[in-house]
Parts: sequence; structure tokens; C-alpha cells
Amino acid sequence: MTSNLVSGVSGEWEVVIGLEVHAQVSSNAKLFSGASATFGANPNQNVSLVDAAMPGMLPVVNHECVRQAVRTGLGLNAEINLISVFDRKNYFYADLPQGYQISQFKQPIVGEGKLRIDLPDGSSRDIGIERLHLEQDAGKSMHDQHPSKSYIDLNRTGVALMEIVSRPDMRSSIEAAAYVRKLRSILRYLGTCDGNMEEGSLRADVNVSVRRPGQALGIRTETKNLNSLRFIQQAIDFEVARQIEILEDGGEIDQETRLFDTTTGTTRAMRSKEDAHDYRYFPDPDLLPLVISQKEVDELEMGLPELPDQIKDRLTADYGLSAYDAAVIIEERETALFYEAASEGYDRKLVANWMTVELFGALNKSGQTLSKCKVLPEQLGSLVGLISDGTISGKIAKDVFAVMFETGSDAASIVKEKGLKQVSDSGAIEALIDTVIAAHESEVAEYRAGKEKLFGFFVGQVMKQSGGQANPGMVNQILRTRLDK
Amino acid sequence: MPVDKTTVAKIARLARIYISDERQQVLATELNGILSWVDELNEVNTDNVEPLASVTGHSLPMREDVVTDGDRIDEVLANVPETTSGFFVVPKVVE
Amino acid sequence: MLDILELGAVEARAALDSGEISAVELASAYVAAAEETAGLNNYVALTADHALEMAAASDARIAKGEAGLLEGVPIGVKDLFCTAGYISTACSNILTGFIPTYESTVTANLWREGGVMLGKLNCDEFAMGSANETSAYGPAINPWQAADGADLVPGGSSGGSASAVAARSALLATGTDTGGSIRQPAAFCGVVGLKPTYGRCSRWGIVAFASSLDQAGPFSRNVADNALMMQAMAGFDPKDSTSADVPLQDLSAAVTLGVKGMKIGIPSEYVLDGMDPEVVKIWQQGQDWLRAAGAELVDISLPHTKYALPAYYIIAPAEASSNLARYDGVRYGKRVESESLDEMYALTRAEGFGEEVQRRIMIGTYVLSAGYYDAYYLKAQRVRRLIRNDFDTAFETVDAILTPATPSAAFPIGRKVDDPVTNFLNDVFTVPANLAGLPGMAVPAGMNGDGLPLGLQLLARPYDEATLYAAGQVLEDAAGFTANPIRRAGGVQ
Repeated sequence: MTSNLVSGVSGEWEVVIGLEVHAQVSSNAKLFSGASATFGANPNQNVSLVDAAMPGMLPVVNHECVRQAVRTGLGLNAEINLISVFDRKNYFYADLPQGYQISQFKQPIVGEGKLRIDLPDGSSRDIGIERLHLEQDAGKSMHDQHPSKSYIDLNRTGVALMEIVSRPDMRSSIEAAAYVRKLRSILRYLGTCDGNMEEGSLRADVNVSVRRPGQALGIRTETKNLNSLRFIQQAIDFEVARQIEILEDGGEIDQETRLFDTTTGTTRAMRSKEDAHDYRYFPDPDLLPLVISQKEVDELEMGLPELPDQIKDRLTADYGLSAYDAAVIIEERETALFYEAASEGYDRKLVANWMTVELFGALNKSGQTLSKCKVLPEQLGSLVGLISDGTISGKIAKDVFAVMFETGSDAASIVKEKGLKQVSDSGAIEALIDTVIAAHESEVAEYRAGKEKLFGFFVGQVMKQSGGQANPGMVNQILRTRLDK
Repeated sequence: MPVDKTTVAKIARLARIYISDERQQVLATELNGILSWVDELNEVNTDNVEPLASVTGHSLPMREDVVTDGDRIDEVLANVPETTSGFFVVPKVVE
Repeated sequence: MLDILELGAVEARAALDSGEISAVELASAYVAAAEETAGLNNYVALTADHALEMAAASDARIAKGEAGLLEGVPIGVKDLFCTAGYISTACSNILTGFIPTYESTVTANLWREGGVMLGKLNCDEFAMGSANETSAYGPAINPWQAADGADLVPGGSSGGSASAVAARSALLATGTDTGGSIRQPAAFCGVVGLKPTYGRCSRWGIVAFASSLDQAGPFSRNVADNALMMQAMAGFDPKDSTSADVPLQDLSAAVTLGVKGMKIGIPSEYVLDGMDPEVVKIWQQGQDWLRAAGAELVDISLPHTKYALPAYYIIAPAEASSNLARYDGVRYGKRVESESLDEMYALTRAEGFGEEVQRRIMIGTYVLSAGYYDAYYLKAQRVRRLIRNDFDTAFETVDAILTPATPSAAFPIGRKVDDPVTNFLNDVFTVPANLAGLPGMAVPAGMNGDGLPLGLQLLARPYDEATLYAAGQVLEDAAGFTANPIRRAGGVQ
């Protein structure tokens, strides 16, 4: 592993990062009420009397949210706690109608686990998961609608969240981003969270501190509510620089909650922080201990899909893909499924290459998503098949792919329609070579005099004459015998 | 005296109840009286006794994941002190 | 002429079914009685028109032979229950003007069985009190009077309920009991009150005080009426996660079972230093009655009894401090306008909550706050387990436990008490059942020398209300108590 140390004026610093990710549970209804958990309704439309904390209203837990938390725990190789407890976290805020959030404090539903992150250099490492617990989301306050008022919408109030807390195991913003990327990927594979960061279905609080290598942990700050990978990296990088500067100037870090400004890429301390940390947790007396059976956990485990790490291991070990290609392919379940279907019966490595370079390149360029793309997995596979069996060259294949991407036609019919089939008839190739040799007598003489690098020139000329359709292998072979005689 | 005026002020702040200066002192005295009375509990040996949070003895019932509620803005806002365009309205919050 | 107000609920049901009286007649009589006894301040809202409409509907159902268990029976509702379309304030200024759009499960069950709602009854603010003196509507008054003519408290928190049932301005009434709030006022007013097993009656739609302790229950003038009402109001409710899915016994049948062969425990710890000798005497009397009816009396020990009150006064305020956080002036109820949100909260809650409620929120907030949670809250929960264990052990030997209901008879309104702890002592005999989740019943057993009612309390195993009704009926029969307070409807106003 390369060094993650950061150089300051007075020497090197080690960065310590832990993440608390809030992932919205994919469910129809809210965690404790029958109101819809859907995003984007009219103000206060998806609100029940329970969510609005009307007097005498009581919570009843949604079984599916519990199952989703267990699935996620299993996906994170974590310990599932068959008995867990819902607690109240007490604080006042305009978008928290009950005056407390129902959460899990001392006995979360999921305990210790681990997550393998994939780094840009192709290496991987495990990040510890401390716990996962279920809790209610808060509502939404709008502060920009009126000069002296805030507007409150409770649609999100009570939507189920999973708070997934990592160990402080990350040492750079790149690792933090890799962690969130991988976590998001696993959640999406499991179908337990849609991972949509723009809509806020996945957001992270980052805990950052710095220390001299080998020393005790420094004082940390928590920057809340980051909803993109870029913001996470920016916020961490800013905090690291800020903290190092303070410490090198002889100052101290305040343990505090900070907010990230997306326009400037900086963080600032929250104004209201007094008593923020006396949440007076206690078991919610409206609820009883949450008990799940080992049998139910086993059934949920049986129903889990193959997860990215398992697929990646298979792709590298069995198919011989590079760690990098495998990581790119497995990030989204949809991509992995596409790849599996496309490469079935074809050259697995070549399909991976075509997918990560050509297909993803074209998708990026056109701003399309894989699901909307006209190219079907079998079509990409058969295109690669045509290369493998020598029907078309790799270069022609790129042209075929471009047409396929536009029209959704099969490779074979594009090749046939446009007459792109590779020329592998030795007589025809010899005739082309004769023409080229005749037209370039002086170059032939130079080549034969020892200027061997002209060989490529002749290949190019022959291919040009053939309109790119000549089989490059045969051109090479015949050209070599003709020139060298 | 475990509870002084400062503690009362801090607790009042946590509980979001405005308590006048004079009453803070009265409350400090009352709370101390109550707390020293409940200190009797320390006579009881509770080593290895599990706390009892719920007497029912059954586990948490669960609901199915079906949307059965919501879409009742009129009821949600029926008693609201201030509302605009379907929102609850409060004094501006500065974060 | 038949005095319609003297009919019990069971009797009234028979008279309604036979056509001797109509539901509208009965409801009208109770509305008139409530108006006549308005000086007792036990109603905070009399819903006369609604009562007459419901009664007319009852008459129609009776005519069709579709009468429910409580068809046509006029019932008063403690203001802690949310009643759709009718003001529900928990007798607190912070819920001024609050009209719920929903009906509590318990009251919905009563109306489903044909009950007729008379109105909302006074209680201590958020059910916090033992004398009904913390109500934002002012104190309810006990229809029984002191020898010197002074007004007495009806007990609390369900003071309005007990007062109205005793004064004949409600035939039945709902109450809630968190630390004795049904049993203590029942004893003070000479009526029957049941606190069911925790989980028997749904808490959905009842303004919460302390969720792990709160239970709704019935008030009536006799044991059989109480059983009838309980049969209608109890039941499993999937909307309340703490509701018990345990079949209800046939309580009306239980009333006739007697106590022959029943083992009844007498806990030595309920004998307090300096206890009112008249309370001791009535307790002894109760034991004699039960023995005479064939029960075997057994001395038992509930060693942690004296710790129940201090544990309660940690647990209940802790839960309350959190339950009452929702009253913040944002979505309903009172709001004191301010420039800042935090100030709006603090001023709204300062004006909206009365002194006792504020005091309990403060204690609750303190005992849950950082550094004190283990010493107070967890400690209290551990003691709570020991108290429950005491009862579990006792119920291995006995079927029921007999104790006094209260340490004294009703006391005068406005009695000056410097120390809040003294007020808490009213609940000394009732609180253990709440901590342990047990059913308990207060039954009037006699009078003290001042002519005021005294009650006995029966406790039983969880979900065994039937035993309480069986033993309660025996006490009622033996006591021959007639609930005739001076300030009842038709009496002195």
C-alpha cells in the first residue's frame, strides 16, 4: 500500500477517517407508520397522524424494514443481533415532531462486520463496520422561502434509515470515497437502498482527525450530511488541511459538528451546538424489544444475491480479468449481470475490455444509462465473437459497434449489410500486396536495404487498399514473405 | 445539593421550558428534595438484576409493508397554529 | 316513580331492552344531572346534543334487536382520551382548543358497543396528580363532603371520572391509571375502579403520560357494571405495540364466582408506620369478609414495596419528559409567538404546562441526562424488576392480594403541602401494580368516622381480571356500601 501520510510544514500527519452513512431503506411504507416512503409528494402529503406526532399516536414497526436491515447486515458480513432495542433520542427541532427520534442506541440490530474497499491502484482492503441500526428520518425544513419563517414538510419524517457506522479505519479521502462507493454498490445489489445520493437516499457524516504517525487519535470533527462522493472527498480534504494548519500553529481542534458548503467546498462550525450532545437516550416505552428468529435470518441469507466481492473474485480468478476491470464491472449489479450475459460463451477478457472501454465510453459520451442502451448483452458478445473467429478485425469491430450503439442491430447483420467482412482469401490479399509493392519501389528498396521499420508502412498501405477489411494477420504474414524474398 | 440554579437552568434549556430566575431557585430546592428521597433506591442491592423496561413479556409485533395511511393533509393541519401552502410554519431557523 | 339515575348499568341495559326506559330518556336524565351538579366541575365539556343523537341511534338499534353490550348507557370520558370532533386537552393549556380528527381505540370500542358519550371529564393535567388539582380547568370536587362542609378532592388523576360516577352525572366513566389514577379516586369517591393488566386496553389515542405504566380502565358504581364496561373497552389493538393479544375472560360471569377456596395474600409491607387506624380497620374487615366467604388468607411478603414509589417517581417523569416533547406549538395546541424557534418552544411550554407538569418534566429530563442515567433511570428499572419478582413469587402461592386502596380518605381541596413528596405518598399502595403491570381494583368497603368512603384494593396475576371481579363482588356484597354522596344529582348542590 502506498503511503497515505500528508506532509505538513512540520512533518508528516496521518489522517483518520470514520464514516456514518445514512441509507434510506427501500420500503413502501415508513418505519413506524403506514404512510408512503416515496420521494417527491406534495408538502405533508405522505404524512400520517403518527408521523405528525398527534397526541396519543403510537408506532408499529414495519417488518420489511427490519428484514432489509438484516439483509444489509448479512451483506456486510456482520453479526445479526436477534434481540435489539429501539431507543428514543431526545432533542427539539422543527422537523422532529415527536421531540425525539426513534433509533437504536445500546442494542442495534446489526453488530460488527467488514467491508472490502477497492482502491484505484487495483488493491483492496477491509474497513471495519462497527454497527448498523434502524432509525427514523427527520422531516425537511426550508429556510429560504420567507424572510423570517421556516417552512416544515414532514413527508420524510419517519422514513426508515439504516445508519451504518464504520470503524475509523480510513486514511485518506480516496479511501473514504471508495468505502462509500462500495457500500452503495452492496446496498444496491441487495436492493435494501436505492443509493440515490442526489435525492438524499444515501448521505454521509464524516469524522475526521489527524495525528502524528503512531500517536494516539487526535480530536475529531464531524461534518454532516454529505450527499455526493465529490463532496465527501472535498470535505475531508478541507478538514485535513484546516486541522493540520491549526495544529501546526499550536492550536487545538474543537470537537464539533460542522456543515459543508457545497459552493465553496469548505466546512464551518454549526452555530447551535450547546447541549447538542445530551440526547437522553432511553428504551422507547411504546415499543418492545425487537426479536427476530435465527430461522428468519437464515431464510434471508438464502435469498441474498451474489454480491460484488464474490463476483469480483470469480471474475479475476476464473475469467482472468484484471482487478481494475473487475472492479469497474461489478460496481453496479446491472453492469455485472450485463457482463455475465454478454461474455457467456465468448472470450471473457475481450468482452470485459469491450465493455469497459467501448460500451462505457459510448454511454458516457451520449449520457445514456446501461438500462436505456440499445445494445443487448448477447449483441456485444456476438460482436466480440466475430473478432475472435476472424470475421472482422478489431478496427472494423469499432465501426460495427458504433452502428450497433446507434441502431441496436446485430453485429452480423451490420457486417453483412455494410460488406465489412474481413478478407481472408490469400489470393486477394496477394493481389493487393502486389499492387502496393509495385507502387512503392523506392520504399521496397530501402526496406530491403535494412530500414525494417518501413514494414508497418506497407501493412498500412495494404489495409488502406482493402478498405480495412483485409485480415491483418494474413497481411503481415504474406507481406513478410514477399518483401523478404 | 446536587441540583443548583445553574443545573436547573441547564435542564430547563434541555426541556425547552422558560423558567424565571426566581422559580429556578424554588425548583432547585424541590428537585433536591425529590432526588434525595429517591436516593432510597441505593439501599437496594441490584447487582446482576436486569432492568425491566417492559412488563408485557411478549416481543414486538410488526406490520406488513403496505401503504395504509397518509394523504390526509386536512387532518394533519386541522389544528395547526400557522400554515402556508400545506407547510407547517415556524420562526426562521438559522443553522 | 323510577329514579332513572339510580339504575346501575346492568339494570339500565335490562330496562332499555324491556322498553321500560328509552336511551334518549336515560341520556337526557344524565345531561340534566350533569348540569345540575355543574358546581362539582367534573365535566370540562358536556356534549349534550351528541349524547342525544347517540341515544336516539341506540334506541333504533334496540328496536331492531341489535343492541351492543353497552347500548344506550351514558358514559363520561376522561379528557385524556382523544374523541373525534370534540375537544381533547388532557386538561392542559398547551392543548387549548385541540380537536382531534380521530377517536381513541378504547372510546371507539365503547361506542361500537352502543355506549353514549356524555362529554369530557376533568382530570389532573396530563394525568399528573393525585387530587385533580393540577387541571387547567380548576379542581373537580368530590360529591362527598367533609363533616365541616369543606370541599374535598375527588382524588386524581381521574378525579372528574370518579366524581361524576359518584354524583350520578355519568353512569360509567373511563379513566387512566399510571400510578393509581383510577383506584385512588375511586376509593376517594366511593365507586369501583379497575386498572386492567398492562396491555389489556389499547393506549392508542390516549394522551400519553408514562407509556410503560399507563392503562385505561372503567369506573362504575358497582362491580357488575364495571365488568360489563371492561368487557366492552378491552381488547387487542394492532395499532398499539404493547397491546396484549390474550383473550379476555368472561368478566360478567366472573362476578358470580365467589372466593371459595381462593387464596388471598395479605402483604405485611403494606402496614405503614402511623397509618390511619380506620384504614387498618377496614382492611381487617375486608379480610374477615373474604374469609367468611370461603377464602383462605395467607400472610405474604413483598419486600421491595417501599421502593416502588421512588422508582415510580423516576420512571414516570422520565417517560413523561419525552412523551410531552411533542407539545411544542408547531402542529397543534397553544403557541406563544416569538422571533426564534427555541424561544417559541420555551415560552409556549412555560405558558402551556402547569407547575406540576413542569416539575415532572424537569425531574425526568434530569434523571435521563448525561451522567445520571445509570444512577437514576437504570437503577429504577432494576428495582422495578425486583418489585415484579416479588409479585411473581407471591402469586405462586396466592390467587389475589388484598390491600388498602389509599392511606387516607379524601382530603380538603387546597390542602397546603410544602413538599411535593408528601403528595406523592397518596399513591403508595397503588403504584406497585403499575410497575409490575398487574391488574388492580378499588372497591368501596365502608366509611370512616367522618362519613367518607374508604376503599380496598385487590391485585391479581397478569390477565386475570376475572379473579378481581369475583373477589370484588364478594367485598361489595359484604360491605353493603351504598354510594350516596350528599352532592349527587337530586341531592344538595
